[in-house]
Amino acid sequence: MNRAVIDLWVGLFVAMGLAALLFLGLKAANLGSTDIGKTYSLQARFDNIGGLKVRAPVKSAGVVVGRVGEIRFDPESYMALVSMQVDVRYQFPRDTFATINTSGLLGEQYVGFEVGGDPDMLKAGDTLKKTQSAVVLEKLISQFMFDKASGDEGK
Amino acid sequence: MSRMQQILRQIGHQVTERLWRLGFASRFLLMTVLYSGTALKRFHLTIREIYFTGVLSLIIILVSGMFVGMVLGLQGYDTLQRYGSSEALGVLVALSLVRELGPVVAALLFASRAGSAITAEIGLMKATEQLSAMEMMAVSPIARVVAPRFWAGVISMPMLAALFSAMGVLGGYLVGVKLIGVDEGAFWSQMQAAVDFRQDIMNGVIKSFVFGVLVSWIAVFEGYDADPTAEGVSRATTRTVVTSSLAILAADFVLTAFMFRGI
Repeated sequence: MNRAVIDLWVGLFVAMGLAALLFLGLKAANLGSTDIGKTYSLQARFDNIGGLKVRAPVKSAGVVVGRVGEIRFDPESYMALVSMQVDVRYQFPRDTFATINTSGLLGEQYVGFEVGGDPDMLKAGDTLKKTQSAVVLEKLISQFMFDKASGDEGK
Repeated sequence: MSRMQQILRQIGHQVTERLWRLGFASRFLLMTVLYSGTALKRFHLTIREIYFTGVLSLIIILVSGMFVGMVLGLQGYDTLQRYGSSEALGVLVALSLVRELGPVVAALLFASRAGSAITAEIGLMKATEQLSAMEMMAVSPIARVVAPRFWAGVISMPMLAALFSAMGVLGGYLVGVKLIGVDEGAFWSQMQAAVDFRQDIMNGVIKSFVFGVLVSWIAVFEGYDADPTAEGVSRATTRTVVTSSLAILAADFVLTAFMFRGI
């Protein structure tokens, strides 16, 4: 076979392979679009983090503004210490309220920021004072059952 | 007692032979890499082999990828809709293809389509004494015949795996969205939220690269090591397909254990 024809086919083959990789990167993965560039670190203590995982999203008003960087157990306060990497483009007031939410009934868990009204902003390395733990479904159900039972007795 | 000894001796013989062969194969790989200068300098030799191993494998890879993706779409939908989460179909299709099925199935197909051909070609060259003739002319058969085929396999494999995965995602999209009617926006957006470029896609590429090295290595070695008879070449071809399939699956387990151990 002619060398020029072979060169053409191999060139086409390599171009197709790279195009497939690009397709996977842009269409199947989130390359480029929601990539978080420079970040600063914030900490928060929670009584119970439920099923929160490292790399879970940090959202404010439903928009991803950062990722969970590290989860540790604090042996002094017996609480979970969660450090988050937040995009430098976004600043939050000092009285921002961190909650652990679940997307959907069985979905993944994420940290939600509810913004307060303090004029001072959080700086890198600061700790969020006000937090709310993850809702544990079993606790909620058993509470509901006990309330129901005691309510029936009262009648 | 002597019967016992005989069995032990048999086992010992088998183990030593395997080990010897493995050592020989490793030295052969080292030789191939050392003699790659010609294959890389006169790159048209390698390009020619990429044509035979890569371009001619395109049809089987593309068609198989399409079908695997379509089957994943059908089966995945059947299971997911029982839990009311059929929108997660895109995640299921993309993650299983990019992480596992793309590299592994493409490598298995590559081993049986191109690996066996490489072994048969080199084995037949040996049987018809073409390799000895080259040595007589002071041309190293490893540099001229083996290295270009080896590098062609290593270069082609990641391309083929990426094409397989891309076709599979497309097949899953066709069946899931166009045929069954899963919501198109949810299909793509959930996929994009779940698939990470570095974690999932790049690890898939690394996997396919490792498989490319394994398959090409086994194929050229078996061909070079074949008995120079018709029967020897046929046995070497069979061994290539069997050994490289087992090697791919074993290496896949090891790589997966290192890459995706629940973060």
